[in-house]
Amino acid sequence: MRRAYFKFSWVAVALLAPQLLIIFIFFYWPSAQALYWAFTLEQPWGGGNTWVGFDNFRAVLSDPYYWGSVRVSIIYALATTVLAMTMAMTLAVFVDRQLAGYRAYRIAIIWPYAVAAPAVGLAFQFVFNPGAGIFSYINTISPGWWDLSKYPWQAVTAIVVAGAWKQVAYSFIFFLAALQSIPRSLTEAAAMDGARPLRRVIDLQLPLTTPTFFFLLVINITDSFTDSFGIVDTLTGGGPFRSTDLMVYKIYTDGFQGMDYSGAAAQSIMLMVLVMALTFVQFRYVERRVHYT
Amino acid sequence: MKLKLATAVLALLAGAGSASAEKIKFEYWYGLTGDLGKVVAETCARFNASQAEYEAVCVGQDGYEKAVQNAIAAFRAGKHPALLQSFDAGTADLMLSGEFYPVTKLMADTGVKVDWADYFPGIANYYSSKSGEFFSMPWNSSTPVYYYNKAHFEKAGIAEAPLTWEGMADAFQKLKASGQACSLAYAPSSWIDLEQFSMVHNVPVASNNNGYDGLDSQLLFNTTLHVKHMENIQQWIKDGFAMVRTQAAGKTARDSFMEGECSVFFSSIADHNTIHKLKPTFAWDVQIIPTYEGSARTNSVVGGASLWVLSGKTDPEYKAAANYLAFLASKPEQQFLLENSGYIPVTKSTYEALKTEGFYAKEPFVNRDIAMKSLTYTEPTELTRGIRLGSFIQIRAEWVAEVEAALAGQKTMKEALDTAVSRGNDQLARFAKTYAGKTFP
Repeated sequence: MRRAYFKFSWVAVALLAPQLLIIFIFFYWPSAQALYWAFTLEQPWGGGNTWVGFDNFRAVLSDPYYWGSVRVSIIYALATTVLAMTMAMTLAVFVDRQLAGYRAYRIAIIWPYAVAAPAVGLAFQFVFNPGAGIFSYINTISPGWWDLSKYPWQAVTAIVVAGAWKQVAYSFIFFLAALQSIPRSLTEAAAMDGARPLRRVIDLQLPLTTPTFFFLLVINITDSFTDSFGIVDTLTGGGPFRSTDLMVYKIYTDGFQGMDYSGAAAQSIMLMVLVMALTFVQFRYVERRVHYT
Repeated sequence: MKLKLATAVLALLAGAGSASAEKIKFEYWYGLTGDLGKVVAETCARFNASQAEYEAVCVGQDGYEKAVQNAIAAFRAGKHPALLQSFDAGTADLMLSGEFYPVTKLMADTGVKVDWADYFPGIANYYSSKSGEFFSMPWNSSTPVYYYNKAHFEKAGIAEAPLTWEGMADAFQKLKASGQACSLAYAPSSWIDLEQFSMVHNVPVASNNNGYDGLDSQLLFNTTLHVKHMENIQQWIKDGFAMVRTQAAGKTARDSFMEGECSVFFSSIADHNTIHKLKPTFAWDVQIIPTYEGSARTNSVVGGASLWVLSGKTDPEYKAAANYLAFLASKPEQQFLLENSGYIPVTKSTYEALKTEGFYAKEPFVNRDIAMKSLTYTEPTELTRGIRLGSFIQIRAEWVAEVEAALAGQKTMKEALDTAVSRGNDQLARFAKTYAGKTFP
């Protein structure tokens, strides 16, 4: 194989500089700052900090409630990803079959992705609010059964549904694109062999869309770890008694509300490590089963 | 084209130049939102119209917490305002950082006159150092009270709104007997159930006189009367006298009260104005928060926010800010705030003047000054000056989460408070370590 070789050129450097500068200022600099703070006790109003080594990590890792937060974050990430991808796949298959009205549908289903997370949380307030939401009808039948302020599993369900709803649109687009790139002739051949729609999905369409499937898995899991703040903030506020205190939300409450910058920085590092580890696992073990054509 | 641009720039420069020559500007960031935010903006407009020398540039920051967060970020970048409205729980860090200009000193340096002795001791103590120097300027102040449905009380044959918790429990029984399903709309509030409760009973929230005497403080509220009180509340909920009414549970305590669902709810006196505006269909009134029999009542303390002058600004800006603060402290301006909110007067002379004018004799202000009775019940003791603890926002959050867990039956109330204390103590230790070698001024 011939290797491409470029001469060093100042023009190239000048052209790259703006992008590199942006990456440095907005990604590496803050990350480095967070890493530094994680090893110190930082005074919020400036005025110096003390180096404490791994104390912040020790404090975070020895806190049972922190592990509760990690647990619920993983549950949330897995549940929203499974729910969102299943729904997206189902919808994409229907649109791909060109059922009646699919054109309008294709456009309409993009919308949820454009809604900001806090707005999603607020919208689902109207669904899940035990006093005035749609779910309050359950309470008219059996009073007190649906109460987000009392039952952790209900609160977790609520944020999972809201989170999944938001992610469906994104996955849908990719699934649809993947399905449409499958040659018609394959589907038709299968149909002529007597494969009904469901069989065709299982034997033909799913295997052929695994690269997309894998891409969406990684994106969805990462997204549900990092982009869940707005939903939690408006829907449950981390409650009842910390049962929906996702890792990102805890970072916000400790860091910004509690002004414990160092503790929050240590938690950010932990979150980063966790997401990196999960992504690594996916690439190492899941990607093996993906067939790129 | 070029010429046009140049003239435009010149005009701009000239404009900026002449404006700054005319008026000295300073920035003020406030946390109040909604109607109250509008009141703040209006005080700025009134100040700017009242004189020609200074101009207050007032920027709403969408909540106390955001105001403090944004001010910190701006401070670190050197672009902070001269004046910041901050809530009590968020100021321990600011106090220890020393990055503020104590208002007593500010007024002395700029020669602006404020009569410090005129402030109610309960308010003055809260916002000043051990030596009596005011850190920040008291402005929007409140204290908790309870609101009760007069019609319900009459029907149940309760002649007077009880002043003791024993009387309250008795009232709950009578209300139930009269067919009232819910007596108390309860929402866990660290400010009312823990902090103000401890104040009026003269029991400590934390060691070191609630943190005033050192950073190595330990929380003590799992050893005081507070435990019994929280257990009583839990019992009242179990017995059906009280119901948890929070946003997460579907309805706030105030909404429950407004609908006539529950007869009593606890809140800040600031809600007095809100409830009047919402026009309930029934007669209602307020009473000071109850105490337990056998303990002598002491004063409650102020809540709300105060105005902090931040360091690193120029002398003219400080002079302008000092004039604005003195303007706010004047009687007409205090009255303006009172008329447009549920807050209380902060100086004795204003309160006396308002009383003689009959301000509190006409609606909607009738009985609103009951808050003053609570606030000035006794001279502040070592334990009722206030609370000076670091990481207090997190300690409050721990308390709420644990109490909610206990109310949901996950653990006993005592276990919950023990956990809140031990976790709070960890926070305090972290805070002390962050500010090693420093003490509250």
